[in-house]
Amino acid sequence: MGKTLAEKVWDAHVVRKGEGEGVNAQPDLIFIDLHLVHEVTSPQAFEGLRLAGRPLRRPDLTIATEDHNTPTIDIDKPIPDPTSRTQIETLRANCKEFGVRLHSLGDKEQGIVHVVGPQLGLTQPGMTVVCGDSHTSTHGAFGALAMGIGTSEVEHVMATQTLSLKPFKTMAINVEGTLKPGVSSKDIILAVIAKIGTGGGQGYVLEYRGSAIRALSMEARMTICNMSIEAGARAGMVAPDQTTFDFVQGRPHAPEGADWDAAVEYWETLTTDEDAVFDAEVFLDADTLEPFVTWGTNPGQGVSLSQAVPDPDSFGDENEKAAARRALEYMDLEAGTPMKDIRVDTVFLGSCTNSRLEDLRAAADIIRGRVKDPNVRMMVVPGSARVRLEAEAEGLDKVFKEFGAEWRFAGCSMCLGMNPDQLAPGERCASTSNRNFEGRQGKGGRTHLVSPVVAAATAIRGTLSSPSDLEPLTQDAAA
Amino acid sequence: MEKFTTHTGIGVPLRQSNVDTDQIIPAVYLKRITRTGFEDALFAGWRKDENFILNQEPFSRGSVLVAGPDFGTGSSREHAVWALKDYGFRVVLSARFADIFRGNSGKQGLLAAVVAQDDIELIWKVLENAPGTEIHVDLESKTVECGNVVAPFQIDDYTRWRLLEGLDDIGLTLQHEEDITAYEATRPSFKPKTLPAKS
Repeated sequence: MGKTLAEKVWDAHVVRKGEGEGVNAQPDLIFIDLHLVHEVTSPQAFEGLRLAGRPLRRPDLTIATEDHNTPTIDIDKPIPDPTSRTQIETLRANCKEFGVRLHSLGDKEQGIVHVVGPQLGLTQPGMTVVCGDSHTSTHGAFGALAMGIGTSEVEHVMATQTLSLKPFKTMAINVEGTLKPGVSSKDIILAVIAKIGTGGGQGYVLEYRGSAIRALSMEARMTICNMSIEAGARAGMVAPDQTTFDFVQGRPHAPEGADWDAAVEYWETLTTDEDAVFDAEVFLDADTLEPFVTWGTNPGQGVSLSQAVPDPDSFGDENEKAAARRALEYMDLEAGTPMKDIRVDTVFLGSCTNSRLEDLRAAADIIRGRVKDPNVRMMVVPGSARVRLEAEAEGLDKVFKEFGAEWRFAGCSMCLGMNPDQLAPGERCASTSNRNFEGRQGKGGRTHLVSPVVAAATAIRGTLSSPSDLEPLTQDAAA
Repeated sequence: MEKFTTHTGIGVPLRQSNVDTDQIIPAVYLKRITRTGFEDALFAGWRKDENFILNQEPFSRGSVLVAGPDFGTGSSREHAVWALKDYGFRVVLSARFADIFRGNSGKQGLLAAVVAQDDIELIWKVLENAPGTEIHVDLESKTVECGNVVAPFQIDDYTRWRLLEGLDDIGLTLQHEEDITAYEATRPSFKPKTLPAKS
C-alpha cells in the first residue's frame, strides 16, 4: 500500500522507532529540522536547560523573533508595559547566552514567527517544523510537517532536536472546483471547520487536496494550513508543487546550485501515492462556496455571509445548543439576524493567518478609491517588517492611510491582544485573524472571523459585507 | 516529575464544551517568565463572575475538574496546564481533549482522563446534587469513582506509564543520543540552516 504525504515526511524523520504495536506502541523519536522560537513560550524552556546544565543542541536549526508582545507603534521607544519588556529582554538574553539567531524589534526580518520562516526560505518542503505556538501548522503549506508544541516540548527540542511522538491518523480534505471572485482560501478553511467542528481534526494530520487547492498561491495555502489547529488537527499539509518551488527559489536560505536540484528531485516525491488510504476523507465544493463569517465564540460557529445568525435550537446536540446560546449572549446577537445587518466598530487586518503581502494587496484593491465608514476604526498590521517594507514600496501604505486606516508595525497585535492593541469591552470587530474566543482580542470584545476582502468591504459599509455588496467604482474613482 | 498513582479530591462540574486555553488562562498572564505562580490566572475572566463555579464553596477547593467535550482547544500555551496545577487541580475529566493540551498535561503530571460523555453527565449530576463529593481517580485501574458512579477512563499507555513512574522526557530521550547523532549524519546537505544568517 502506498503512503500519504504526511507518512512520507514522518518516515523520513524517524530517529528511533518506538517499540510495540498499536495502542501499546511507544512513541517514535522524530528529528526536528527547524525550531522557531518567540518570547512567550520560551523563557521557561531556556530556564529548564540552564537548571539541568544542558546545552541547546542545534542553534543552527533554531531561530527566534519577537512578535506576541511587541508594540505596533513607537517601536523605537522602550516598551511601556514592564512585563512585556521583561519578556522581550529575557528572550534577548537567552538567545545571546545559547547562541540563537534573533530578529529583534526594529530588524527588517522581525515579524510574526510564521511569516518570518517562509519569507527567509527556512520553511521548505518535506521538513519537520515546530514552534511553541499552535499556528505552526501554517508551514504545512509547503508540504512540511509542522506542529505547535507546549513549553515542555520546546525544552525537549532545544535539548535533543527531537520530539517523542505517536503517529497521527490522516484525513484528506478534498476541495474541487473554482472559487468565485471575492471568495478566498480563508473562506475554504472557515467552511471546513464549520463542517467538521473544532474537534473534528483531533488526532489527524489534514492534507488539503483537489483542484481548488492546487490553484492557490503559497500565501493562500498558508492561510488554510494556519487554521488546521482550529479544527483540532495536529497539522495541515499541502503537497509541494511548482507553485511551492517557485516561492522558495531565490529566498535567502533556499538551496542553491546542485543542492537546489537535489532538493527539487526529493520534493517532487512528496505527494500522496495513488494507492494510499486516508483514515478519513472530507469533501468541499469550491464552486458553490461563498464568503464565510463566524457568528459565535469558536471558529466552528460560522455561516455563509449571506445567511442569518442561527437559532440555537436548530442544533441537534445538547452541548452545541448550550454553546450556541452562550455564544449569542456573549456576542449580543439574536437568532435570525442577517449576518450582513451586523454593524462593527473595528476592522483588524493582520495576524499569522492573513497579514502577508498578498492579503494586504487584496484588501487594498477593494478600498482603493472608496470611502471608509466614518464610525469604523481599521487597523492594518503587516505580518513582518519585510512585508511592511514591500507593501510601502508598492504604495499600499498610502492606500490604507488615505482610506483612514491605521498603518502599523509588524507583530501579532490584536489577534490576541498581548500588546496594547485590544478591543474595548463590548466592541465588535471583523478580524482576519484565527480565533473568535471570548475575550481573545480584549476583555469583552466580540470577534467575527473574515477574509481580507470581506474585512475591507466591511470597513467601507460598516456592516459585515462582501466585495459584491459594494457599489461599482466609477472610472474616475478607480483611476 | 512527581509520580501519579491515585488521587482523591473534590469534583468541580464545569458544564461547558469547547473550553479553550484563552479561557483557562487569558493571554495577559502569559507575559510572566516563571513556570509557577499562575493560580490567580486560572479562568481569570470567568472568575470575575461571582456565580462562576470556582467562586462557590466547596468547589473552590476542588482538585478534579469535570468538563464538557473539547477541553483545552486553541493556543498551545502550556501555561494553561501550569495554571490548573498551581490552583490545585490534579485531574481533568472530559470526553475529548485537544491534542496539544493533552500532551502538555502529560509532561506536567496533570492527568487528562478521557471519560465518555454519558458518564460525565452522571458525574455532573452527582456533584450538583451533593456539592463537595470527592472523586477517586485510579491510574492503575483507569477508573474514576464519584458517589455511586464508577466509570472507566482512557489514556494512552505511554503517558500512563510515564505518569506512574514520574519520568522526565528529556532524560529518556537522551538515553538515545547516539541514535540522534547517527541520524544527523544522514541529513541531506540541502536542508537549511539558520546559521550563518542570510537575508
